[in-house]
Amino acid sequence: MERRDTRDYAVWSIAIALVLLFALIPVVWLLSISLKPPSEVTDGRFIPASFSLDNYKSLFEGGFSNSPFIKPLINSILIALITTVIAITLASFTAYAIARLEFPGKRLILAGALAIAMFPPISTVGPLFDMWRALGLYDTYPGLIIPYLTFSLPLAIYVLVAFFREIPWDLEEAAQVDGATPFQAFRKVILPLAAPGVFTAAILVFIFAWNDFVFSISLTSSDASRTVPAALAFFTGESSFTEPTGSIAAAAIVVTIPIIVFVLFFQRRIVAGLTAGAVKG
Amino acid sequence: MSEIVLDGVTKVFDDGYEAVKDMNLDIGDGEFMILVGPSGCGKSTALRMIAGLEDISSGELKIDDEVVNDRSPKDRDIAMVFQNYALYPHMTVRENMGFALKLAKVDKEEIDRKVSDAAATLDLTKHLDRRPANLSGGQRQRVAMGRAIVRDPKVFLMDEPLSNLDAKLRVQMRTEVARLQSDLKTTMVYVTHDQTEAMTLGDRVAVMRAGVLQQVGSPGDLYSRPRNLFVAGFIGSPAMNFMIGQIDGGKLKLPIGEVDAAGVAGAEHDGRVIVGIRPQNFEDATIVGEAKEERGIIFEADIDLLESLGSDLYAYFHVETEGIQSDQLADLVASRLEETGAAGLREGQEQVVARLEPTSEVRRGQKAQLWADTAKLHLFDAESGERLGE
Repeated sequence: MERRDTRDYAVWSIAIALVLLFALIPVVWLLSISLKPPSEVTDGRFIPASFSLDNYKSLFEGGFSNSPFIKPLINSILIALITTVIAITLASFTAYAIARLEFPGKRLILAGALAIAMFPPISTVGPLFDMWRALGLYDTYPGLIIPYLTFSLPLAIYVLVAFFREIPWDLEEAAQVDGATPFQAFRKVILPLAAPGVFTAAILVFIFAWNDFVFSISLTSSDASRTVPAALAFFTGESSFTEPTGSIAAAAIVVTIPIIVFVLFFQRRIVAGLTAGAVKG
Repeated sequence: MSEIVLDGVTKVFDDGYEAVKDMNLDIGDGEFMILVGPSGCGKSTALRMIAGLEDISSGELKIDDEVVNDRSPKDRDIAMVFQNYALYPHMTVRENMGFALKLAKVDKEEIDRKVSDAAATLDLTKHLDRRPANLSGGQRQRVAMGRAIVRDPKVFLMDEPLSNLDAKLRVQMRTEVARLQSDLKTTMVYVTHDQTEAMTLGDRVAVMRAGVLQQVGSPGDLYSRPRNLFVAGFIGSPAMNFMIGQIDGGKLKLPIGEVDAAGVAGAEHDGRVIVGIRPQNFEDATIVGEAKEERGIIFEADIDLLESLGSDLYAYFHVETEGIQSDQLADLVASRLEETGAAGLREGQEQVVARLEPTSEVRRGQKAQLWADTAKLHLFDAESGERLGE
């Protein structure tokens, strides 16, 4: 038995190592490029011959007004956060109603949400471009937040419906008998218990908004609202003859950091078994 | 003062299912009222309508002379204990118990005081800062009760609060509930499917079947004068035995012998009747005293099975009788067959249970002389199942 356990352990370790390697090599490569001095970026070495932070410095050079990176970074953070907050607020109300109430058109709403989530974003870009120009939303925060909501809300609703359904209805009735209004019952009993679901949905929405390139490149024209993924495409080299490879790599590393922080921060709250002990069984 | 009046209360669900039909019930101030019946009889729905968790389709519900049909649960001043406790898992015991008071904006010291008092009553003081997940079943149950009593509400509603506990704990908590109610003197409505709980706890018991209230009365009343076959079969453990009898020319003919109809309540008219006799009204004929012997009959029975509980001896035998056709008994019989495992009975036989003195010498598989107290027979109309005579 023990030998088999050891062998299983070894096999699993190798498998996990392979997956990690596969996932991390591009990241490590980016890190490696970003740490090379600009002159060695194209030397083809995986491990840099010498280390330099020049690429990172170049990102922030010129301060707020001249740096090609700072304003997009702020845009990215604000747009992703605002999208997340709005999406989670709306989705939690919607999901709660879908999980708890019987109303006509419930299936239609769920099916519609799913259909929208499956819609290829690129096909909406053209019409949106024209509409936003006409409405004055082109190159503004709402101009990006609205399409992000369109595609992230269905996802958030689906995740939250699944979590809300897990919460025993009795708890809500108990709260009502205890004197809570329906909204109080929702806010003080249901929502805290659905917290893992809320955080899961929040992470998914945030990552979706943070990673988007298609909308950002098409619906913005300046640093007023351009987010980092799109801004990277506008990076220029030292002169018009040098590729900005190093600074793009450095920027890519920098924009990964908020995601990691965000996930680590919320992951601690996704505690399994939070509802254990509510009701018997 | 908190009196509950149900006046023609009816519940029809959206799918057309009528869960509670025209229920009329007066629950007095401070009374301990039990709603009892088999599962699906509408007792929980009735309770939930009183709580306001279920709309009332028609009829009126009054608490303290005020019609509360359209009031939400929070405006009815009721507390409820749920079958599965429904404790808030993200709150400590203290927060669980104080939640209602906090919502009512009672000040903090007052909440602390009330929670501590209730915790002391329920022996929960040590556990106030733990979460429900870390409590045993009995402790969770007590927290659920504590959550109800800290509020000092007009009415307590309990929905099978003990059904999730193991047998020993259930008996213990049963006495606890009885004590609480007599201390608090608050009106209490208690739903259970367990007739033992109903009989031991309630001031009055309301028996329900298929959404219809069958009989309301004190436990003693229900036991000695069940209004119909269903109540007769449901109340009492082991359940009442039934057989077909024929009244003919002043004689009541039973599968176990013939009795003078004059001595049996309700045997005025000739015809077929359903006769009920409780296990307690049998005895081993060799033990029963002469004085008693006179008011009963002695008959011979093949003992199929004996169960000795030490203090009681249950003898199972069968009598030849035509099948009893009554939908009132149908579900009861089915559940009883499950309990006693009376399989193997042929058509035209009914199983009978007799409680005998433990000193009896009857043996399994042998013939025995048994005595039946015919003064304690219950007669029911063979068609309607209604009780005959007083």
